[in-house]
Amino acid sequence: MTITAAFSRYADLPALIGLMEGDEKHNGASASTLDVLWVLYDRVLDVTPDTAEAPDRDRFLLSKGHGPAAYYAVLAAKGFLDVPTLRGWTTFDSPLGHHPDRVLVPGIEIGSGSLGHGMPLGLGMALGLRAQRIRRADGTEPRVVVLVGDGELDEGSNHEAIAAAGRLGVDNLTVVAIDNDSATHGWPGGIGRRFEVEGWEAREVNGRDHTALHDAFVPSRSGRPLAVVARVRN
Amino acid sequence: MRETFAATVNEAMDEDPRTAVVLADISAGMFRRSSLKHPGRVINLGIREQAMIDVAGGLALTGMRPIAHSYAPFLVERPFEQLKIGLGHQDVGAILVSIGGSYDAAEEGRTHQAPEDVAVLDTLPGWTVRVPGHPDEVRDALEQDLPGDHRVYLRLSNTSNRAALPVRPRLHVVRTGSSRSAGVVLAVGPMLDRTLEATADLDVTVAYTSTVRPFDREGLGVLAAAAGNADVLLVEPYLRGTSAHEVSESLADRRHRQLSLGVPRDAELRAYGTPTEHARSHGLDTEGIAKSAREFFLV
Repeated sequence: MTITAAFSRYADLPALIGLMEGDEKHNGASASTLDVLWVLYDRVLDVTPDTAEAPDRDRFLLSKGHGPAAYYAVLAAKGFLDVPTLRGWTTFDSPLGHHPDRVLVPGIEIGSGSLGHGMPLGLGMALGLRAQRIRRADGTEPRVVVLVGDGELDEGSNHEAIAAAGRLGVDNLTVVAIDNDSATHGWPGGIGRRFEVEGWEAREVNGRDHTALHDAFVPSRSGRPLAVVARVRN
Repeated sequence: MRETFAATVNEAMDEDPRTAVVLADISAGMFRRSSLKHPGRVINLGIREQAMIDVAGGLALTGMRPIAHSYAPFLVERPFEQLKIGLGHQDVGAILVSIGGSYDAAEEGRTHQAPEDVAVLDTLPGWTVRVPGHPDEVRDALEQDLPGDHRVYLRLSNTSNRAALPVRPRLHVVRTGSSRSAGVVLAVGPMLDRTLEATADLDVTVAYTSTVRPFDREGLGVLAAAAGNADVLLVEPYLRGTSAHEVSESLADRRHRQLSLGVPRDAELRAYGTPTEHARSHGLDTEGIAKSAREFFLV
């Protein structure tokens, strides 16, 4: 059994995170994204270490950038990163910092950490794939999935992207909003409504329920971009 | 220049499938034909400049060659962090094309003016900055930059010189002073004709460039070494001293004096009127440049 195979299950993720943060210091931001990240890379996204540069791959953008230990752990479990690389995270020579850098890590689609860039970058990618008519071998369109936090939605730049994507009908774009009630002034009426009113399809699910998450990520057939609001209690 | 920009890009849209135009309403009508001919490659996001730059970054991440365009303040200043993160940090390129250079939009007031554009962009690494002085130079620059993947800022103006010069990385010597000349005058983009006129009776070398970044340090060093004095007068159409540090680097190996002309940094000019009146107020008309040149070269 190779080392990669030994750390390739959902049950291994806490141990992988432990290599970075220590066994007991799981911070909230990291843990809130764990199940969503796992379901995406395990069952939704059509991308592997071998296809990480393929034009027709699915693209995942960790927009909020914060607490990336869960992200690195999932990437390691799926073979994008070597497990030993996790140990040195945040050190000078490590490619892994508190905010990910696409130039340093193959498989990471964007450098993030400054809030509110992932959605418009993802919109540009979705438009670029569509303009070039890029299709997978089976004829389907690759998709772009952007993860944002409910606090991150405070940034106005997101709302430029939400409105533009809805109006342009960019249905190869999916946003998953992790809602752990962290926005200082909240979102009265819910996050999903912000997307729906701009022309998106919105689905709300328990962000810990793998089956429900998987179902929620089934591509929209409505010609509209898809917003999945994943409720998580830390 | 704006018409030449649109015509050149519309031609490129027909020839290179990588080309994409990203807009925030400004000039949308100039690309209507391309948007009908090439579905999905002209993207007008409405008045959303932050999205415009990050969307350009996303397009580049899928292999396209995005061109983003608006008035300079809305292209460079409002979405400045998008330039840093959405393009630079992602290690992708785009061509930004601005109009309204410095005070072209004099009647519109301060909100539509951005003489700081090149200076703020200069704080970020890896940008090529073109300041054409003639519409033909706009076409020349785009034909060089469209095929690449680098980050380019192309700053258009309503002011033109009488003749175009080739767009290239090196300084172009327009007039050569004697071996006992007072120094070197470097005119950038639309400043050339008035600078030539203003220095007509001085024994100086006059050089020109429409490519201010990367700056031709070596070329300026050679010209200064050949002049009677290694003194440099820099005439830029935007914020005063924007390239002063480049002149300093160019002449770090020799004693020299230098003076920068441009839009003053110390006060906001709170006036409408015409670009000509603004140029006069900033000392950037022929008379103002002539006066500064005589004083600087101790004539």
